[in-house]
Amino acid sequence: MADSGSKSAPPRGNLPPLQLHVPEPRFRPGDTVDYSHIDIPPAGAQPRPDETCPASETKPLCVDLIRVLDEDHRAVGPWDPKLDAETLRRMLRTMALTRAFDDRLYRSQRQGKTSFYMKCTGEEATSVASAYALDRQDMVFPSYRQQGVLIARDYPLLEMVNQIYSNRADKLKGRQLPIMYSARDYGFFTISGNLATQFPQAVGWAMASAIKGDTRIATAFIGEGSSAEGDFHAAMTFATVYNAPVVLNVVNNQWAISSFSGFAGAERATFAARAEGYGIAGLRVDGNDALAVYAATRWAADRARANAGPTLIEHFTYRAEGHSTSDDPSAYRSVQERQEWPLGDPIARLMHHLIALGEWSEDQQTAMDRELAEQVKAATKEAEKNGILGHGLHHPFHTMFEDVFEELPWHLEEQAEQAIRERRTKWPEWKEDGETR
Amino acid sequence: MIEEEPVSLHDAPSRPLNMIEAINEALDIMMARDPDIVIMGEDVGYFGGVFRATAGLQSKFGKNRVFDSPINECGIIGAAVGMAAYGLRPVPEIQFADYIYPGLDQLVSEAARLRYRSAGEFTAPITIRSPFGGGIFGGQTHSQSPEALFTHVAGLKTVIPATPHDAKGLLIAAIEDNDPVIFFEPKRIYNGPFDGYYDNPSKTWKSHPGGKVPEGYYKIPLGKARVVREGSALTVLAYGTMIHVAEAVLAEKGVDAEIIDLRTLVPLDIETVQASVEKTGKCLVIHEATRTSGFGAELSALVQERCFYHLEAPVERVTGFDTPYPHSLEWAYFPGPVRIGEAVDRLLKD
Repeated sequence: MADSGSKSAPPRGNLPPLQLHVPEPRFRPGDTVDYSHIDIPPAGAQPRPDETCPASETKPLCVDLIRVLDEDHRAVGPWDPKLDAETLRRMLRTMALTRAFDDRLYRSQRQGKTSFYMKCTGEEATSVASAYALDRQDMVFPSYRQQGVLIARDYPLLEMVNQIYSNRADKLKGRQLPIMYSARDYGFFTISGNLATQFPQAVGWAMASAIKGDTRIATAFIGEGSSAEGDFHAAMTFATVYNAPVVLNVVNNQWAISSFSGFAGAERATFAARAEGYGIAGLRVDGNDALAVYAATRWAADRARANAGPTLIEHFTYRAEGHSTSDDPSAYRSVQERQEWPLGDPIARLMHHLIALGEWSEDQQTAMDRELAEQVKAATKEAEKNGILGHGLHHPFHTMFEDVFEELPWHLEEQAEQAIRERRTKWPEWKEDGETR
Repeated sequence: MIEEEPVSLHDAPSRPLNMIEAINEALDIMMARDPDIVIMGEDVGYFGGVFRATAGLQSKFGKNRVFDSPINECGIIGAAVGMAAYGLRPVPEIQFADYIYPGLDQLVSEAARLRYRSAGEFTAPITIRSPFGGGIFGGQTHSQSPEALFTHVAGLKTVIPATPHDAKGLLIAAIEDNDPVIFFEPKRIYNGPFDGYYDNPSKTWKSHPGGKVPEGYYKIPLGKARVVREGSALTVLAYGTMIHVAEAVLAEKGVDAEIIDLRTLVPLDIETVQASVEKTGKCLVIHEATRTSGFGAELSALVQERCFYHLEAPVERVTGFDTPYPHSLEWAYFPGPVRIGEAVDRLLKD
């Protein structure tokens, strides 16, 4: 309700007092959750235009929801990518591995082995199925919740854990907050803490690929919350102006820390609908349907590769867990939300699809989950040999000053000497080999 | 990149160019040498730039390499970072330094830190050219000197030429440098040196030794200052337009000053600075930017730390005032001959 207690001017005539609208999510802690307002169209009902169609033809798909897996776990409709069972099993395995990794590393943070972690629980399809639809040479500009892309591209789990532990084997030399990976050889751009900056960068990478007459494309991910950043507008404008070969993904998981998607404008329009105003193709997809995510990404990638232009994909999903290890979602949303989410769980849905095809079983899933948990555990044990955060094994002190510039200028050399001198003052026995404290 | 020996500056045939022509020539030479160099920015393509710095380049190198951009500085710098990550060497233009702020996050959080945070996997060999500085009745948003915002950022290099000769050689070096470089062009001296005596008729570069620009490819290394004039009475540290103002004022006062054109603010040529102040015992820092937390504060602190026992007087700073750049009172704001003269008098009194 508007607060009428502090008016600064008397009302004019019979005009109603203006009211500021501050969005409010439907459910707060303790509320009973009822998602009947969310319109979930039947799977298979969405038309699939040609990849090279004019952007305007995708307008209906910006407010619809592309879905492939139906109530009976069958793949239906024109968006069915018709993947073979082996590919489906690999995709399921990658998603399950991503979840197993999250579960284990979340516990590592709770055990004090690192300072921070962020899970992607419930969103595994948005990154893994996307990665399956791309070529490995395509560059991905991720946010911090696309670890599934790295795992899908077979980036060693050990390297991921080394980074999270900031140990002496960390390829980023302990400089970066955990999960801010960088893996150029795997087409995975260095993650930044500053939200949405990767969006125009991906467009620039795609422009460069076009300038060079290359065939590689770029993709980028942001959350729905950071689509409110100015960089989103910059990226969309540059992408449309130069017809850049780029696939821009908005992962709408309903929550930006404690702010629901209404604070990014979701009350008035879908995020896919932003594409229309820029003249960019837009697709809105069931983000918990791995086949739909795969099909939409494939469509957009083929469109980009055909010089037919960029695509914005909204992945409609739900952030099943807290924002990060520093967050307690029970302080701002109903715990019932996760159970009631009408699009279910992406891993369970793909599993049931394979079971319905007669290509998988619950027993196989249980065995696989056990195996993946062991795989992750082995990687963390191996990584611990290289040290955990704050327990001694780290990169040499001098590396802190390297890579600021290509070469160390005099002032950084002086500061490096100072840092090492301070260390020796504190621990006279200390040697610059990273082996003590 | 074609490898060839740089010409010896003394042997190279040279001819008078103004600073815009020198910059245009540097871009032309570099684009011909390196097919990975691309230029983008507002009005830089067909039109050739509002100051003509990119004139003729699009017709020569094609629209794939020199093109106009949307009016979006965040997009210009953000796209340049992405292009650099791909392997290109972008040379974007920000039309006025006053308008670089929408791109600041991309510069500070991204371009400056790309190498560090990825441990060298990704780099940003970007040169951002931008006209800066006042003295042209540019008012609040066509006159600013925001160099201190950039010198404060770890990972950025900041370069400011004071002559056409240096502009060409420094720009070539900046483009070849593998770190992101902010290249600020003092637009007051695009067409001729300006000595601060605004009532006098304007001069061209034709008769100035710094306006003699060698032909072909040559580099002036980043991080190396130029001793404009040797002297013993005091050391003047300045850059850009203020070099010419300092020269004129000190000549008029008949002071045997040692004037140092820093050319690169980060990394700073501390050896040249230190040697000079140890010799003269007095130091005057001049810049057009506002005073508080300006780059002069860093220079003053460094001189104090490194030359304390040689100093015979407090380090003086002559700067713009701590106000937005005014329009009508431009010459009351500009650190001109009177302000510099007073500071010199204070420094030289026993």
